[in-house]
Formats: sequence, C-alpha cells, structure tokens
Amino acid sequence: MSSFWSAWIIIISLGSVFGCWWLLFATRKSQKSNTETEETTGHVYDGIEEYDNPLPKWWFYMFLGTIFFGLAYYALYPGLGSYKGLLGWSSTGQWEEEVAEADAKYGPIFEAFAMKSVEELSTDEAALKVGQRLFANNCSLCHGSTARGSLGFPNLTDGDWLYGGNADAIKQSIAHGRNGNMPAKGLNPAMSKSDITDLTNYLLSFSNRAEDKASSERGAEMFQTACSACHGADAKGMQAMGAPDLTDNVWLYGGTPSMIMQTIEFGRAGVMPAHNELLGDEKVHVLAAYIYSLSQGK
Amino acid sequence: MSTVNNQTTYNYKVVRQFAIMTVVWGIVGMAAGVLIASQLVWPELNFDTAWLSFGRLRPLHTNAVIFAFGGSALFATSFYVVQRTCQARLFSDSLASFVFWGWQLVIVLAAITLPLGFTSAKEYAELEWPIDILITIVWVAYAVVFFGTIMKRKAKHIYVANWFFGAFIITVAVLHIVNNLEIPVTLWKSYSIYPGTIDAMVQWWYGHNAVGFFLTAGFLGIMYYFVPKQAGRPVYSYRLSIVHFWALISIYVWAGSHHLHYSALPDWAQSAGMVMSLILLAPSWGGMINGMMTLSGAWDKLRTDPILRFLVVSLSFYGMSTFEGPMMAIKTVNALSHNTDWTVGHVHSGALGWVAMVSIGAMYHLIPKLYNLNGMYSTSLINVHFWLATIGTVLYIAAMWVNGIMQGLMWRAINDDGTLTYSFVESLEASHAGYLVRAIGGAVFLAGMLIMAYNVWMTVRIKEAQALDNVPQTA
Repeated sequence: MSSFWSAWIIIISLGSVFGCWWLLFATRKSQKSNTETEETTGHVYDGIEEYDNPLPKWWFYMFLGTIFFGLAYYALYPGLGSYKGLLGWSSTGQWEEEVAEADAKYGPIFEAFAMKSVEELSTDEAALKVGQRLFANNCSLCHGSTARGSLGFPNLTDGDWLYGGNADAIKQSIAHGRNGNMPAKGLNPAMSKSDITDLTNYLLSFSNRAEDKASSERGAEMFQTACSACHGADAKGMQAMGAPDLTDNVWLYGGTPSMIMQTIEFGRAGVMPAHNELLGDEKVHVLAAYIYSLSQGK
Repeated sequence: MSTVNNQTTYNYKVVRQFAIMTVVWGIVGMAAGVLIASQLVWPELNFDTAWLSFGRLRPLHTNAVIFAFGGSALFATSFYVVQRTCQARLFSDSLASFVFWGWQLVIVLAAITLPLGFTSAKEYAELEWPIDILITIVWVAYAVVFFGTIMKRKAKHIYVANWFFGAFIITVAVLHIVNNLEIPVTLWKSYSIYPGTIDAMVQWWYGHNAVGFFLTAGFLGIMYYFVPKQAGRPVYSYRLSIVHFWALISIYVWAGSHHLHYSALPDWAQSAGMVMSLILLAPSWGGMINGMMTLSGAWDKLRTDPILRFLVVSLSFYGMSTFEGPMMAIKTVNALSHNTDWTVGHVHSGALGWVAMVSIGAMYHLIPKLYNLNGMYSTSLINVHFWLATIGTVLYIAAMWVNGIMQGLMWRAINDDGTLTYSFVESLEASHAGYLVRAIGGAVFLAGMLIMAYNVWMTVRIKEAQALDNVPQTA
C-alpha cells in the first residue's frame, strides 16, 4: 500500500470515529436540561411534535464505550492503513501458527502410518478409521459417502479401475489428480449420426443389448478407426491413458443407448483434482490405503 | 385551510397503488420463501425443473421481498409522509406515476429473468444490466419527485423521517450504480468491471448497505412518522434523532467488510469492518430508543391497538438484530457463525421482525386514510395477523439459531487424529429438523399476510359500497 492510500485510510477511519465523538459531545453540551422535560422543539409536522429531551445517559456512555473499544482495537491490530498494530498480529501469522501447532500434535500419528506400505495399512484398523474420516471430508462430495460414485464420478469399491487399482496407481491418482479426456467423435471428426448409432449398437453388443446386428457390425468397423487407439482393438480399454474398458458393462457416464450416444457425439472431460498440496503426502498415503481396502476381495 | 380535502390536495393515487402492491408483492415474495424453505426439507419440491430449483428461486425470493415488497412499502410511505409533513403535493404527478409503473416493470422483469437463470451472480444485485439501467432511471425519477417535494415544503424545517428517506434515496443510488458497473457481453450476460477481491469488497459494501440504507434508514423513516402518529405522542428526543442519524449514515458505509472476515481481503479492511460494526450499535439503537420512548405514556394503548403492537414489536426485533449484527461482526464470533444458518436467522429477524412488521403496521394505519375511512374493515383480524407474524418470526429465528450454532460447532469439531469429526452431509442431516421448523414459521407468517390481503380487500370494498350509496337513486 502506498503511503498516500495509507494516510487516506487513516484520515477517513479516524475522521469517522472522532466525528461521532464530536457529534456526541457537541449535542450533549447544548442540552438545556439533563433530565426529561415536556419541552418541545416547537416544530409541528402534520401534528407530530418533538420533545427536546437529553441524550439518554446510558446510551451516551455505551456509544463512548464502543468508540474507546474501536480506538484500542485500531492501536493493537492492523486496521489503520499500513500500520501493523502493537500486537504484531496478522491473519496469515495466526493461520501459520495454528498449522504448526496441528503439525506438531498430529504429525507423529501420520509419520507412523507413513512407515508402513499402503497394502499393510489397508488391514490396519486405526489407519482405516483415519482414512475413512479423511474420505468423508475430502472425497465423498463427488464419490459419495460410501465411495460408490455417481454419474461422472467413478465407483471406488467395484474393483473396476480407470487408471489402475494397485497401491501406487491409487496413490498417484489422489496425489496428482487425473484428467480424463474423451474427444467428441473419437478420432473421426467427420463421424455421422448413423455412424454414432452403429458404434452404440456395437458397444451394446458386449452386454447383449444390440438390437440391430448389421448396424453393430458396421459399428465394429468404425470402432477400429475411430476408437481403438485409446480403447484398444478389443475395446477392453487402456489404463495408462485412463481409457475405460467398454466391454464390462460398467459405465461412468451412463450405459443407456442415449447416454452412450451423447458420450460419443460430444465427448467427456473428467477431472480428479490433485490433493498432494491440500493434504500432504502422509495423509494421501493413509487415504490411498483406505481406498485400496474398499475393493479388496472383489 | 380547515376544510382541506386531503384527497385532492395531495397525490394519494400513487400512494394507494404502492400500498396495495406492498401487500401483493409481500405475499408473492414470502410464498417464494416458503417454497424454497420447503425445498430444503423436501428436495422433491423442485419438481426436477431448472426454473423451480433453489438456486434460481432464492434470488427471486430475496429480490421480491426486499425490492418488491420492501420497495413498495418505502415508495408508498415516503410519498405519503413527504407530502403530509411538507404540506405540499408531490413535485410531479406524471413522474410519480412513472416511478410506480417503472418499478412494477422492474419487478416483473426480475420475476421472468431470474427463474430463466439470467443473473450477474451478485447477491441482492442479481439482475442483469438492462434491468439495472431501468432501475437507475426509475430511481432518479423517484429522487426528483421526493426532493422536488421537499423543495416545495411550507415548513422551514425538514422532518426527521424525511432525513432518513433522503439518505436512503441518495445512498441506494450510489450503491446501485457503483456495484453494478459491468461490461455487457450479450443482452442477458455481463461481467463486473472489478477483479477478484476488489469485486467481493464492492459487492459487500453494496450488500451490507442494502441492509443499512434500504432496510434500515428507509424503514426508520417509516418508523419516525407512523409511531408518533399512531401513538399520538411527540417524538421522544430531537437531539437523539440528530446524533443517531448522522452517526448511522456515516458509520454504516464502513461495515460491509465484516461479510469477508477470514477471506483474502487485507487485514486492515477486515478490522475496519469489525470496529465500525461495533461502533454502529449505539447509532442503531438510537432509533429504537426514540421509537420506544415515544410510546412511553401511551403503553395502555397496546392493549387495544394491534397496529401499535406491530410497531412496538418491530422496534424490539430491530433492537435485537442490531445488537446481534455487531456481535456477529466480531471476528472470533464470526469464526463460528460464518456460512451457517445463524446468518440466515439474523437476516430474517431483521427482515420479518423489523422490516415486514413495521411495514405492515404502517400499511394498517395508512390504507384507511387513503380511502377516507376511520379504520380497517376488521381490527380483530389485524390482531390475528399480529400474532401469526410474531409466532412465525420467533419460530423462524429460533430454528436458525439452533441450526447455525450446531453447524458451527459440528464443522469445527476435531478428532484426536486431527481430522474433522463430521462430514458436511452429517451437519446437513442434523439440520433437517430446524429446516422443518423454519418452513413452518415462514408458512405461519405468510398465513398472516393472506389475512391482511383479505382485510385490505374488504376495506377497499367498503369504500366502493359507500360510493354506491352516494349515487342519487332514481325512481
């Protein structure tokens, strides 16, 4: 803040406060009496008169009290332009202190967890309890409180993984996030409506839902040129790219014919935000163990 | 002058129009409120329709109650009071009529565009730029009519109610224009000219002063005429009027930054918001004291006069919420209350308890006068309305206190491993009962408004019947 703006803020802040001060004392000084009287100001407006009563004492002192409090606060805390205040307090400083305090208090718990592998932690009752709490506050908004996901947000309990279900892949997804990108019409921008219908029939055929066999066969051909680069020649997907398996009847964006057609025609963009900066490596580690545990035995 | 005919001396037509629309928009705005409050209890009530979703109807509710209901009450009373206390007819009848129809157009446009999803996303300033321009034009016309009438006044001095109306008109003009400076992209989309934190600060400078000048200064203007008038007593202290008026309008403009505690706003601005909010307590209470003490000596009238009851209880809620506000502006209290239902409860103790009640009281005094009658059709129905309004308000704010403090405590509860004890959804689940009580409170308040509409309807019909009686009968 430049010294001009700092001075400007100080002048108008203190000007407002001392203006109230002056107003209070000037009005009180001109009082004709210090007790209530029946005397009016002499004005009459549509039959309404006004008493010339003094300012109520308790109110006068209450007003002064808040002014004193305000001035004391301005002396102790930042408020008057770039003046820092006698206590040296700042909101950033307070936050840093609280974080340091929390790190000192809870750090050892997470350090101990970090010594063990994700697989080991996934059977550790205490770690799972912590992981579940972290999940409830950081992940459940999208993935649901039972981690079963919803439209556009993957189910984390079914053992079906977009980017891999081993400990490292899960930890990578949480720590650094993922950006899924299904381009509109795959690799064939010239794709027509009937091509999309054919492709949809082809994809439905894996779950025996294709109604038009000829259309499904045309779709299989189109698939090889427009889709197989990511989803693989057998449509079983590619975890390195986050391209889903299209044969297992698990659908991130809905498995009805119309939803599949919409996905092909307009594409999809899925974002899993990175959490390393938010939570720190050790909490991500515990969270990964909790999520790993959800699909074990499936 | 002893045979002055008020109906022809003064322009009562525009006052009548705004008075009737106060009741109409009150019902519309509060019904929208009851619907969205019910959606928080039973989410199915959005009927899977985007137009009826909470996010679109909530700004419709706030705009309808503040600007349509509150605005109509302010136009009606300020046009009435300025004429009566200046002993002068409105500066221009045609401009006054333009203000009425222009404002109704603004309201109708709001009621269409907000459910369609057109919004500038600034709270209480959601309307898009073409409507903002229309508001500005209507407001300038309003200012010309009001101050033009003041210029024409017969008395030397200006009555205190008009100070408050005048401050409200000027400040709202400044607030509206500065906060709505935006760059249009299409007919129904614009972007604010301010970046990031500055935008937030300008928005809450506007937002808090919408409360301070629209909902406080304007309604204090109402109080300063209708309380002494209804009580038949002189105003308690002229000196107190002077001090609390100037202190109120000079300190209120500072307080907005308390909406942005613990945000990216620089520390100095947050401190200023807190300090000035605390200093604001006494100037706010000045109005309550002046109103309450005006009634001293006339307390017995409370037993028989439900209009006076409305006015007294509105002052009590005003005093309570202007105490609560400074407390919530203290940073450490705000750390608990921020983003919880406590804020919603605080707003409604002001909106229902103060703004709506003082408007309703003023309307019950005003409407018979406008139709040359001695009183409303039914005094006992006013009494029923009074109790419904009071019970509704108390249910509403008590539910929000309980919810708000519970949410604040749940959100900050920490396990022994440093993780949060409750997820957001758990606090939402725990709030369900409070939401139900709130919806009931709102519905009770709305029921009172419907009774008022019936009472007003019957009052106007008496007038029509009398007019028929006066028609010479032919044989």
